[in-house]
Amino acid sequence: MNTLIAIIGLGVLCLLFEIFEWRKAIIPVTVIGLLAVLGLNISEFNSPEAYYNNMMIVSKFSTAFSALFIILTLFLVILSHKFYENQPGKLSDFIAIKIFLLAGAVAMVSFGNLAMFFLGIEILSIALYVLASSSRQSVKSNEAGLKYFLMGSFASGIILFGICLIYGAMGSFDVIEISELSRSAELPIWFPIGIILVAIGMFFKIAAVPFHFWAPDVYEGSPTLTTALMSTLAKVVAIATLFKLLNVMNADLSPSFQLVIVIISMASMTVGNIMALRQVNVKRILAFSGISHAGFMLMTLLSTTNAAGTLLYYTSAYALAGIAAFSVILYVCKHNENEDITNFHGLGKTNPLLAAILTASLLSMAGIPIFSGFFAKLFLFNQTIQAGYIALVIVAVVNSIISVGYYFKLILAMYTKEANEERTATPITIYAVAVIAIVLNIALGLFPSYVLDLLA
Amino acid sequence: MNVSLLLIILLVGAFATYLAGDKLASKVALFFGLSALGCSIELLNQFNAGENISYLSQWINQPNIAFALKADGLSIAMLLLTTALTPIIIFSSFGNDYKNAKAFYSLILFMAFAMAGTFLASDGLLYYIFWELSLIPIYFIALLWGNGDTEERKKAVVKFFIYTLAGSLFMLIAFVYLYQQAGSFLLEDLYKLDLSATEQLWIFLAFFLAYAIKIPIIPFHSWQAKVYQKAPAAGTMLLSGIMLKMGLYSVIRWQLPISPLAAKEYMNIFIGLGIAGVIYGSIVALRQKDLKKLLAYSSLAHVGLIAAGTYTLTIDGLRGAVLQMIAHGFVVVGLFFIAEIIFRRYETRTISEMGGIRSQSPKFASMFLLLVLASVGLPTTFNFVGEFTVLYSLSQINLWFALLGGTTIILGAYYMLKMYQHVMLGETNSKVFADVTAKEAITLVLIIGVIFFFGMYPKPITDLITPSLENILTHINRVN
Repeated sequence: MNTLIAIIGLGVLCLLFEIFEWRKAIIPVTVIGLLAVLGLNISEFNSPEAYYNNMMIVSKFSTAFSALFIILTLFLVILSHKFYENQPGKLSDFIAIKIFLLAGAVAMVSFGNLAMFFLGIEILSIALYVLASSSRQSVKSNEAGLKYFLMGSFASGIILFGICLIYGAMGSFDVIEISELSRSAELPIWFPIGIILVAIGMFFKIAAVPFHFWAPDVYEGSPTLTTALMSTLAKVVAIATLFKLLNVMNADLSPSFQLVIVIISMASMTVGNIMALRQVNVKRILAFSGISHAGFMLMTLLSTTNAAGTLLYYTSAYALAGIAAFSVILYVCKHNENEDITNFHGLGKTNPLLAAILTASLLSMAGIPIFSGFFAKLFLFNQTIQAGYIALVIVAVVNSIISVGYYFKLILAMYTKEANEERTATPITIYAVAVIAIVLNIALGLFPSYVLDLLA
Repeated sequence: MNVSLLLIILLVGAFATYLAGDKLASKVALFFGLSALGCSIELLNQFNAGENISYLSQWINQPNIAFALKADGLSIAMLLLTTALTPIIIFSSFGNDYKNAKAFYSLILFMAFAMAGTFLASDGLLYYIFWELSLIPIYFIALLWGNGDTEERKKAVVKFFIYTLAGSLFMLIAFVYLYQQAGSFLLEDLYKLDLSATEQLWIFLAFFLAYAIKIPIIPFHSWQAKVYQKAPAAGTMLLSGIMLKMGLYSVIRWQLPISPLAAKEYMNIFIGLGIAGVIYGSIVALRQKDLKKLLAYSSLAHVGLIAAGTYTLTIDGLRGAVLQMIAHGFVVVGLFFIAEIIFRRYETRTISEMGGIRSQSPKFASMFLLLVLASVGLPTTFNFVGEFTVLYSLSQINLWFALLGGTTIILGAYYMLKMYQHVMLGETNSKVFADVTAKEAITLVLIIGVIFFFGMYPKPITDLITPSLENILTHINRVN
């Protein structure tokens, strides 16, 4: 709870800095502030508590995921330094929006009441709509923002409708009460319908097939930093929230609902991977790869009682690799119109360090040891086989093989093609973020227990 | 001292080589390669003295994964093979001027690290990690320093990568399934499992996919020739000399003892596949015009016989297979080095453009001839010992297997000698063939020395590997 208040305070502070024209200090202060918030958040880890009549429930789950969100925001804020250098006048707005987005994210994983859950979603989503269209001059960015807004608000509407049905069935917004009621009495039909509607809305947010159509266009059109945010932070928030929602409301999912999850999971992986094979734009590749990773993450929903640690591990591994990859994309495509693979030609020669980092992050996403992406998949497979879904695991493995195809397309472009441009700039912030993210990723691979056992 | 020291030397060596810069890289790499060899000889001594050289520590609690390295005679024999060939491979590259040499030599050492880890790991997941890890360096070695048209090479190497990765992922599923049953990835716990015949069959097949692609066994061999041809000499040597032994070693160490019922039930099929590889490889080798491709197919034939030997599930078959693995490792590295020596002078690998070299460089010709004879299994060479033992064990199963497998000697002699004739003999070539340099000669003499020494006196290796093979065999025969 204190974390949330501190985050909002930090956001307001950012806006104040603009008023006093202390623009240069915004990013350093925000970084320090976020580090302080991270510390505050960690201090709450061992003291679970409920606030305001169970509106907010701070638990191990919520603090662990909040810590991940804060770290990701930290990276994104540092990257902003370079990304917005041509728009100093708007810097505080962009940073403040990111901080408020973080507030929404934290609210989403620590809700104790469906009203709070919806508030969190809306705070996060509205911030994202703004960020998606934040490059005002660009037609593509406007298109992306509008598409995302139309589709996103539709999904929010469905979620809200679902919440209403759940309220109608149970007479309460409080998730603990709902979960008790759902176990005891015979359930009115509205309850499962409500759950499904809420789940559909969340499937939209994490871009799972068949609710994924917005993702490639929005990812491509949005400013690159926003794409980085969507594909790492926003996706992780949504899947964590969906996990928590299903976990607290009905611990034992009905078999038919599990079947739905299995099918959506399989479809997401397969469609995402196969579509990614044909793309030439790196942001679109990562959009489709994100869709397939959403399919993998959905596998945790099949064993909600004990998969929280696995989900935390998978999302951390995925998001850290994503941050590292996107910082390289930010560097490479800084002065380019688009993000086509041709821009990456010869990066292995012109900038071996960043090429190695991008290679490492792609290998992590593909699930090659010793990167944490491998362990993430291993733990996931282990859990899913334990839950008895061996067919799903086999589909997942086949998909891992397909995914190597497009990840390696990018690696090949970096190492075997001749460079078509000189790259001399050495933006220190991008280097720092990329190196730290990939080191964290590998460290997570070498010592998985530290994260995995947090939620055990 | 324990085996983890060897891995540390190789890993540190890989980093040190990279940091040493392009000029010093090859020498630093050679230094670390030789110290790794020294280390494994010291380990051998300690093992023979009966000291405990294994290493075990808990790594991940949930799921239960241990950092377990265990060395028995078989592992040590494979370690010696790896650490003996690595310096030879590094030394053989001294004559080439590779761009970005620091990365090249560092990747070779890193690959040796991963392969040594594969031979040592006794925890299923650790083993899998090393197994996969060895794929990344060879991918980059073949891709970045290989020869021929870039697009074609890219295709071949990516196919190789995806193919092997696909195979190993199914092995990963098998391991995860085994873990569910045993609650641990440790080899001894997996040996104790009591699985039903159906379960064993599926696990056997999942392992088989991974190993058959790596070895390669027919019909999973289609990546091999192209990659051998396109990779740089050092890469081909690593692949054929050591990496494919990982597959054969794993059959003996993991596949057979974990799923013995399936191995017994379908023994004939898998021996048959191995022997099909022998015949297919030999016949295709007859028609090759490219020297490296010919050697690739001859290698396919030889490993087919080794695989058939392992699937006989007899002590002779296993022993012969391991002996032949080591012998083949040395011979094939020597032969690919010969191809490289010729390429350095003539810039070609096409056999028809060679010929008439013997009269220009008789020293080179005799060393080449010795390697060719070793490759076809002439008595007094190491290969003869291995090949003969394997054929003997095949004859115990079914005489036809031995007869068909024996064609490797006849066909092998035919295509190898024919190749030798076209490459070396004939009228003196108009192009000048500079005599072998001292470095090249040392490399070749070392390899030939090893082959003939153990050909006449294989006892040290036999004594080293037999107890551990017998131990594995008791695990295979624990259920009947």
